[in-house]
Amino acid sequence: MMPVATTFFFYFLSIIAVVSAIVVITRKSPVHSALALITTLLSLAGLYLMLYAPFVAAVQIVLYAGGIMVLFLFVIMLVNLEKAQLEERFNKQWQVALIAVLTLGALLIFIFEKGRSVFPQTVTNFPENTNTQVIGLLLYRDYLMPFELASLLLLVAIVGAVVMAKKRV
Amino acid sequence: MAEITTLHYLVVAAALFLTGVIGVLTRRNVIIILMSIELILNAVNLNLVAFSRLYNLHGQVFAIFIIADAAAEAAIALGILIAFFRNKETVNMDEVDLLKW
Repeated sequence: MMPVATTFFFYFLSIIAVVSAIVVITRKSPVHSALALITTLLSLAGLYLMLYAPFVAAVQIVLYAGGIMVLFLFVIMLVNLEKAQLEERFNKQWQVALIAVLTLGALLIFIFEKGRSVFPQTVTNFPENTNTQVIGLLLYRDYLMPFELASLLLLVAIVGAVVMAKKRV
Repeated sequence: MAEITTLHYLVVAAALFLTGVIGVLTRRNVIIILMSIELILNAVNLNLVAFSRLYNLHGQVFAIFIIADAAAEAAIALGILIAFFRNKETVNMDEVDLLKW
């Protein structure tokens, strides 16, 4: 059974996501970009909810919109950006970059057009109420080793960030 | 209106990815470039979650790993940015050329 408003919400959320992504890369002030990026992240969390991934959606909001973006805003406030805002926004090779990106986009469209039939037509319906449970089991059983490696990576990142941002080591 | 398929999600993810690539290649402000990298990572996450709907939940676990990686990457990159700003008093990408000389 399909929910009624799925199509509308899909287009609504994805238009918000793409438009605010474009706002992110075009605004002059980094604070505006950060706010637009938060909008993108929140609408992506909505898309995850539509894909029956409530746990990933929650992690997206808590970690991305809550954690990483606060980090970004802190750095924006630490770094004096008055001078950068007066300068030119885009660098000199932007035409070359646009050509490269258009080529990449054409390639992606070509692949999607070619591979349209490869995807299975039926989607599996996961029970939503046990989603977090199943992900926890996967993380701690099948992916135990990568999970521990990720914790090690985060530890190294913490130490690295502190060492990098310190005045004198 | 037509039903939303996996391909729809893939197109949205591709649009976000391309936007992020444009940001990385054309902007001069290092902070915006880091935000564009976050956009790219989020596009990949959307792909993973959309594909995980077709098969099983392993894709969502991978998405969580990528979010953890993004946190580590943002912390390190912003630390480097602060160290760089302390030395050069600028956030312009074109002036990050200490290793050239």
